[in-house]
Amino acid sequence: MKIFRFRGGIHPEGNKDPTACHPIARLPLPKRLYIPLQQHIGEPAAPEVKVGQHVLKGQRLARHQGSVSAPVHAPTSGTVVAIGDHMAPHPSGLPVQTITLESDGEECWVATEPAVDPFSLSRAEVSARVRDAGIVGLGGAAFPAAVKLDAGNRHPIETLIINGGECEPYLTCDDRLMREGAGYVVEGVRLIASGLGARRTVIAIEDNKPEALEAMRAAAAAHPGITVLRVPSRYPMGSEKQLVSTVTGLEIPAGKLSAEIGVSVHNVGTALAVCRAVRFAKPLVSRVVTMGGGAIRNPRNVVVPIGTPVADLVEFCGGFTVTPSRVLMGGPMMGQVLPGLEAPVVKGTSGIIALTAAEAHAASQRACLHCGRCVDVCPVGLVPLDLAARVRAGRIDDAAELGMGDCLSCGCCAYVCPAHLPLAHLFNYAKGEIAARREAQRKAEDTRKLAEARRLRLAAEIAAKAARRSARSSDNVEIGS
Amino acid sequence: MMMIVSVAAVAALGLVLGWLLGLASQWLGATVDPVVERITEALPGSQCGQCGYPGCAQAAAAVAAGSAPVTLCPPGGRAVAEKLAEIIGTAFDPGNVPDRGPLLARVRTDYCIGCSRCIKSCPTDAILGATKQLHVVLGEACIGCGACAEVCPTGGIDLEGIPVTLRNWRWHKPGLGKA
Repeated sequence: MKIFRFRGGIHPEGNKDPTACHPIARLPLPKRLYIPLQQHIGEPAAPEVKVGQHVLKGQRLARHQGSVSAPVHAPTSGTVVAIGDHMAPHPSGLPVQTITLESDGEECWVATEPAVDPFSLSRAEVSARVRDAGIVGLGGAAFPAAVKLDAGNRHPIETLIINGGECEPYLTCDDRLMREGAGYVVEGVRLIASGLGARRTVIAIEDNKPEALEAMRAAAAAHPGITVLRVPSRYPMGSEKQLVSTVTGLEIPAGKLSAEIGVSVHNVGTALAVCRAVRFAKPLVSRVVTMGGGAIRNPRNVVVPIGTPVADLVEFCGGFTVTPSRVLMGGPMMGQVLPGLEAPVVKGTSGIIALTAAEAHAASQRACLHCGRCVDVCPVGLVPLDLAARVRAGRIDDAAELGMGDCLSCGCCAYVCPAHLPLAHLFNYAKGEIAARREAQRKAEDTRKLAEARRLRLAAEIAAKAARRSARSSDNVEIGS
Repeated sequence: MMMIVSVAAVAALGLVLGWLLGLASQWLGATVDPVVERITEALPGSQCGQCGYPGCAQAAAAVAAGSAPVTLCPPGGRAVAEKLAEIIGTAFDPGNVPDRGPLLARVRTDYCIGCSRCIKSCPTDAILGATKQLHVVLGEACIGCGACAEVCPTGGIDLEGIPVTLRNWRWHKPGLGKA
């Protein structure tokens, strides 16, 4: 099968070996779980349990609300001890509405629907089961998976791409998942394909994972509709836009969805969760997390109940060898700095990476050399040095005109910058500022409408008063005449 | 009979005066400066009066005439200042504009006496309530202009910054060495 090349990209050191060689371990059940109500893109889930209530494993704790949302389920059986603010796994360190669950150690499952032949289900039934299981994209973006499946009703999907790229350094959770659960992953892939009505399916795996490639090829051999494709290892191969152009040669236009060009992309972890949800009616209550980085004593992949505090995971992996210079949730390129170890693992947590000072490469920045390396590596063809100059001068609107909105925040530019400019941070700031301005614009338009409505209301009131007065005075005249 | 005569007289007077007014507006009417019009478009249009002018149209005229700075509009903040600077074509350093961010009015429940004065003063109808009932501000519609706080007889309305949540949190600007 022909492979296309996307522009730019980098080859960061993989650092995957320390975790890729160990089988996935299972975390002993933590005492307390902290389950945020917002673990996905969209509206937060609405709680439907009370403090003090006993819940069973897999029981729904909060239902989805709005069109883009996902429910959350109890990762184990136990008692709800609190519903309130807890630190979110987010660089701001702000709190998020969280259900605190104290486990009873029984792991007693709620009665689930009986297992069925998943291929006897209709497309709508598959999508409903995926939605009810609370499945979101497990690659990190955490977009509700059922919404993506339903997009197949509006746009005909030609190609389903399963993302086994895992291009971020250190992360190996998808690699281990494909090696150890290839059969389930392939079944999940087939279910997603039938849920979408996709005509062909491509499972794309970077060539730095030969064992995973082999396992997936063996598992998919019986299904002629599925191609397992070896793609070159180049960051950001696992980004949706770059993977789509590598596999199909098509470019997703700016501001459009991949579904609009007939392509849908799902992560391998999502495929496994879909298989569990549709075949066994089991909701998403745990995931594989890579515990990596030089500061972790025993780096490895771990199956973790959603809501486990990061501190418990670190302890399970032998603690830190040195005080980490930075602890990240996600990979080192696009991961977010964790504000503290009490933050919980959520559905989108692919890894916890504790970097030593040597790995973090903290270096003092210098002036831009205009060397243009950032331009060479930008996978979307932006000119980061021009954007940075404008953003720094506060000319956010100019930066938006130069395509700031198309930036993936992949960090390639910051990675190669010889002056160590914090380009990715600068662009995240600019994108936030653009969003804030759009919000202000919307508010200004609303204000204008409200002020106009008030003016009309006052005018109508005055007119009504005048009409009443004239009616009264003409009555008087009639009586007088 | 007398009523018909009086009605007819007033109606005729109205017609004649109206016709005269129409003619006057055609010949003597003030033409709106297109620059002023664009500035008025860019301003929030809530007539809140925080700039010191009675309304947005007067403020726009002052900006166009150069007698008021482009940074005059507190609710508009930096974004509006930038747009005004672009319209009238002046150099403008956005770094020097304090952007205190949007504010929201909040009624202190133990101070509110239900006088409904704030309701009448609100330029965007953002306050709900009735006489002798507790009033409440609709955050979505409030522009933080402070008109209500000024008229409140008990000083029971505070202007507060919008609390930072995960939904409106943004990355701060990184510190950058010299360029």
